[in-house]
Amino acid sequence: MGRKILFVTTDQQRYDTLGCNGGTLARTPVVDALAATGRRYERAHPQSVVCMPSRSTILTGQHPSTHGVWMNGVALPPQAPSVATVLHDAGYRTALIGKPHFEPFLDPFARFAENRFARDGLVGLHRGFEHFESATHGAQGQLHYSRWLASTHPEAIGMFYPVLDGSLEVNALGGGATGAPQVHDNPIPRGWYHTDWVADRTIAWLDSLACDNDWFCWMSFPDPHHPWDPPAGELGRIDWRDVPLPAGYIDDAARREAVLDAKPRHWRAWYDGTLVSNYEAPLHWVPATLTPDQVREVNARNAIECELIDEALGRVLAAIDARGWTEDVDVIFTTDHGELQGDFGLLFKGPYHVDGLMRLPLIWRPAPARREAASTVTRPVGLVDLAPTFCAIAGVEVPEWMEGSPLPVDDTDAAARGFERVLTEWDSELFGVGVHLRTITRDGWVCTTYQPGYSHDGTEGELYDLTDDPRQQVNRWDDPAFAPQRRDLLADLWDHQPPMRVPHRRVEAPV
Amino acid sequence: MTLGSIRHHIRVDRAADDVWALVGDAARLHEWFPGVTSCEVTGTQRTIVLGSGLPMPEEILVNDPIQRRFQYRITAPLFAYHRGTIDVIDLGDGTCLVVYATDADPRTMALTIGAGTADALDELQRQMEHPEPDGAN
Repeated sequence: MGRKILFVTTDQQRYDTLGCNGGTLARTPVVDALAATGRRYERAHPQSVVCMPSRSTILTGQHPSTHGVWMNGVALPPQAPSVATVLHDAGYRTALIGKPHFEPFLDPFARFAENRFARDGLVGLHRGFEHFESATHGAQGQLHYSRWLASTHPEAIGMFYPVLDGSLEVNALGGGATGAPQVHDNPIPRGWYHTDWVADRTIAWLDSLACDNDWFCWMSFPDPHHPWDPPAGELGRIDWRDVPLPAGYIDDAARREAVLDAKPRHWRAWYDGTLVSNYEAPLHWVPATLTPDQVREVNARNAIECELIDEALGRVLAAIDARGWTEDVDVIFTTDHGELQGDFGLLFKGPYHVDGLMRLPLIWRPAPARREAASTVTRPVGLVDLAPTFCAIAGVEVPEWMEGSPLPVDDTDAAARGFERVLTEWDSELFGVGVHLRTITRDGWVCTTYQPGYSHDGTEGELYDLTDDPRQQVNRWDDPAFAPQRRDLLADLWDHQPPMRVPHRRVEAPV
Repeated sequence: MTLGSIRHHIRVDRAADDVWALVGDAARLHEWFPGVTSCEVTGTQRTIVLGSGLPMPEEILVNDPIQRRFQYRITAPLFAYHRGTIDVIDLGDGTCLVVYATDADPRTMALTIGAGTADALDELQRQMEHPEPDGAN
């Protein structure tokens, strides 16, 4: 009997939303306890700051340029490499329960397998997962959670926030007490909400296994991704009026706009509402209208969703303990990318490579039976390193097609094995607007170069000193005093950036 | 208004008339468009059913065997505007070019339907160039 793996992901969760990472708003005692006895990574970055490319990186262990899912709406082919297949072939029982998003959601033709399983009453096999039970942010769509809700609690379908508007754009409709976009009072009982459903289905699958099975379970919560519509019965946990403004929010409008003006021009254009360069933010919302109270309310609801996830994870860990498995279970907790959540007066995500979107929570609690020391890892790691880590835990050789390496156990290990840099890329081409970024994080610097596109001529960039400027508010790209750092970082970036797969995979849908 | 336009094309190693015989038959769309499960035509009204179970009512606007152009619009309320246009262009060498254009408001549907039409063109080419022996195509 080997080590079992519980892999927990959330969607769009910031680093600073966990107590163990210094967060003070959400109470996350379950994850905090895992961190206290495990490894806490302080500089874990995604290879893309949107869902489909990032999740494809987690599954394949490859950068987006290699696996080819270069933007949301591009499907990962069913035959693409998958760590789940590697583990399944090695004898592991495998499951993915919750949000997959390797294939587009907006799929009226049901062209993609992910959207056909629930319709056809199936739960796998898909991408190496013998059990594949899916959910997303609400009751719409063709996934298992939607079907379950429609069949058992049809009255709840209309309770969720409508994620898309009548034009199938990301909805700008505001709600709650402040009218913040994508905030909504959802009367759904907690037990019907997708967070608890994901935990319930995970427990049910684990209960179906034999005691001596080795297993890999990817439990994938759709929250705290917007819409911020947790069960209304839970809203009393945090009064938004008591929520402090986040450190990255610049209260003075003139100073905020000066900071944005020092960044490449699509930042300010989005803020002013003259250019929404990607699908992941509401087309009809102008960030400049965001009020401090709206930021407070968004953060309050986000924190409530984080608490519900933490409690759901606690239930799953209790179920694992009841099976007598705890000593042999590795738990890894992370997310696919972050959320701006008020930083620079912005919400949501897009082609903005700053900590709000790139610095992720990552906790690895090794199987307690191994008696490994707890640690904090400060060197940069990436989600690209997860798939090789799963292989290492399972005692399976890391396949050559994986581009990452098993996560370091501490900084000494990280230094010895060359964890010096992490790369993040962005490409999007949607309705004539193209944006292309390549970013390297190394030695306490974040450096982003912009390739030619709709708003950029290829000379623009961002350079931040994470030590002196942890909020990335001073762009040193054009400062001659930092030209050597910029030159060095760019050379290192291009030395390590995998070439983009050609031809580009087709964009099948906006998301 | 958010109008989106998507074009896909494919060269088919088969005579234009042969390809048009399938493309121009409004009731046979489901035979070559993956994700369309059925197709019913009454006069100029066509209702297709998508793989998701969604019925999609359409109006046939042009079915011209001379120019080999088929054009229709989806009449479902979701669409402020829609035109689907298929042209089969004789290249004069025994092959033809099939162009499938989608113009739609909302623009997101142009993208989503357009990706489906690309698959449809691939399937059309496959059926035309490699017909199954039993004539199932």
